[in-house]
Amino acid sequence: MTRLDEQATNRDGVRRTVTRTLVVLAGMFAFAFALVPLYDVFCEVTGLNGKTSNTAQVLVHEEVDTSRMVTVQFITRASAGLPWELDVQTRQVRVHPGQSNEVFFTFRNRGGDASRAKAVPSVSPSEASVHLRKLTCFCFQEQRLEGGERLEAPLVFQLTRELPADIKTVTLVYTLYPVQPAQAAVSRRGPIKEGDSA
Amino acid sequence: MASHLPPKPTPQHSTATAGGMAEAEHPRPSGLMRWLLTTNHKEIGSLYLIFSLTMFFIGGIFALVVRAELFQPGLQLVRPEFFNQMTTMHGLIMVFGAIMPAFVGLANWMVPLQIGAPDMALPRLNNFSFWLLPVAFTLLLSTLLMPGGGPNFGWTFYAPLSTTYAPPSTTFFILSLHIAGISSILGAINIIATILNLRAPGMRMMDMPLFVWTWLITAFLLIAVMPVLAGVITMMLMDINFGTSFFNAAGGGDPVLFQHLFWFFGHPEVYIMILPAFGIVSAIIPTFCRKRLFGYASMVYATAAIAILSFLVWAHHMFVVGLPLVAELFFMYTTMLIAVPTGVKVFNWVATMFRGSMSFEPPMLFALAFVVQFTVGGFSGLMLAISPADFQYHDTYFVVAHFHYVLVPGALFAILAGAYYWLPKWTGHYPHLRLSQWHFWLSVIGVNLTFFPMHFAGLAGMPRRIPDYALQFADFNLASSLGAILFGASQLLFVLVIIKCVRGGEKAPARAWEGAEDLEWSVPSPAPLHTFETPPEFHPHQH
Repeated sequence: MTRLDEQATNRDGVRRTVTRTLVVLAGMFAFAFALVPLYDVFCEVTGLNGKTSNTAQVLVHEEVDTSRMVTVQFITRASAGLPWELDVQTRQVRVHPGQSNEVFFTFRNRGGDASRAKAVPSVSPSEASVHLRKLTCFCFQEQRLEGGERLEAPLVFQLTRELPADIKTVTLVYTLYPVQPAQAAVSRRGPIKEGDSA
Repeated sequence: MASHLPPKPTPQHSTATAGGMAEAEHPRPSGLMRWLLTTNHKEIGSLYLIFSLTMFFIGGIFALVVRAELFQPGLQLVRPEFFNQMTTMHGLIMVFGAIMPAFVGLANWMVPLQIGAPDMALPRLNNFSFWLLPVAFTLLLSTLLMPGGGPNFGWTFYAPLSTTYAPPSTTFFILSLHIAGISSILGAINIIATILNLRAPGMRMMDMPLFVWTWLITAFLLIAVMPVLAGVITMMLMDINFGTSFFNAAGGGDPVLFQHLFWFFGHPEVYIMILPAFGIVSAIIPTFCRKRLFGYASMVYATAAIAILSFLVWAHHMFVVGLPLVAELFFMYTTMLIAVPTGVKVFNWVATMFRGSMSFEPPMLFALAFVVQFTVGGFSGLMLAISPADFQYHDTYFVVAHFHYVLVPGALFAILAGAYYWLPKWTGHYPHLRLSQWHFWLSVIGVNLTFFPMHFAGLAGMPRRIPDYALQFADFNLASSLGAILFGASQLLFVLVIIKCVRGGEKAPARAWEGAEDLEWSVPSPAPLHTFETPPEFHPHQH
């Protein structure tokens, strides 16, 4: 058999192999993007990334578990480039699972101009995030403050009784991020026109 | 001088050689155009290897800048911003520009010769995938000259450091990585198509040399994970330029998602850089022990097992991001499981040496050093796999020591071993023995002097990617920097060996090493431009 015959017989094989690998390639590229929503769903179910629900939840009427106390700590920070301050009036509370609690946060716009910002929560350890129910939270919507304005906003939350027993401390972090128009001003890229931010 | 024992003059498959006539038939462009337009697997293989060697020296210079700054505590030579660019570029260049193209170059040269194919299955695509590389890396290196400097966020480019807080040149970095990724993917398709379709008649899958096997599995890994890398950097591109929030917490994204996606690519990538090395060493050790490889089938299965497990261990790079306990345990155990197939391989290499009639030519020296030192890197990997201990080791020099042990005296030594092993086939001359031995011993001393003290620095708490450090780490860093200079300088000897070998030296017969049995040794040395135009007769031997 000469080489040319050999190649003729193999051309189909090569074509088949290439087609199959290209299909796998396209599939894996799509898979990478599919992982983004999959990850979100996975995290929502397991609370893996420490995110809490974005909408108000109802109080679960259950008995307060007075047999144990859980420490809930609050950490607040404002992201770079936003002239805001976020403070919590009580840094740490000791609560019983099942009990509903209210904590007040203070927003202050230290800048001269009005701007908008949103506080993004994160819970640590992440296993606790599905057991932290928020009845009222400033984090459900963005805040708009005039220059120099001050705002007090409540957080009402409940830790459910299903909180695993080994969790003694839950830390809730709020990070203030600028919302679009303000972001354009602090962005290191060129100015963005008003219309872009919608 | 003749310690490599010239073989008996009758090569096994002398009928397999061809080629003298073919060259006369096709007039070929000369000069630069010859190399730009070549579709010959041997010429493209050489281009890959030369490119990789060039990148190895560029990446090496970056490493020496890093080591020079760390020579003593305090900031002496470079600004911290530039230091960060150097660590980042060193990693990117070595991973994507030096190690990976070197393996592709070896595959181009040797896979068709080892399976008795006349060329790669898709020769023009082969040319294209090589010439993408100089484009990609010129672009990547040019970012160093751009305003704001080049990438400075580490070779792992974690978001949002590489998106929100990155220099403006990051978009160019993404483009260059896309181009390099396309090059790897096309190379992988070509290698798979060649191995599956162009084997010599009679060569079954389980008759293939292990270098071919390991490359086949590596190519599948490349097909599976390079698109994920492409996806991740595309998301980065959109976060930077189009206002999306894949990895931006402010917009509802998640920076931890970046790490999951990156390491889903990144861990198989680690094996992409070591599996072909296993193949090279599995070719060299039997040759210089004058024995068949012990446990051929178990080698194939172990390689496949490592490849499959590599998809299940990615989060061991992320033990400290706040994984749930179950995930910590799962990834700890799967990671430890990888030690089993790897242990099978090391056992097989040692068992091959057992009662072998061993000789210590330069390729064998590098292969033996590979086995010992790669195992050192494997053991430190096992230490890092222990999730609770990793909280202490994470992002320290212990990690730097670990992955440099598997990549430098591991992957790189295997590449050097392969180069010494096949240089007689490529050039027709044996590499200069004395110089090769000097190169080997200086490299071994240099590499261990560089990386072994890093274990201690890391265990003592020295963080990685830092241009300055506390005084108690000064001695370890002094030793590492001296070792790095020695190792870097001794690689110049390798260049000298290659130049001398191309120009002349002791003539090598077709079967250049006495115990060498694969098909590549049935064609003359140097291998003519065209080989196996008629398929060779392949006589499977019992593994």
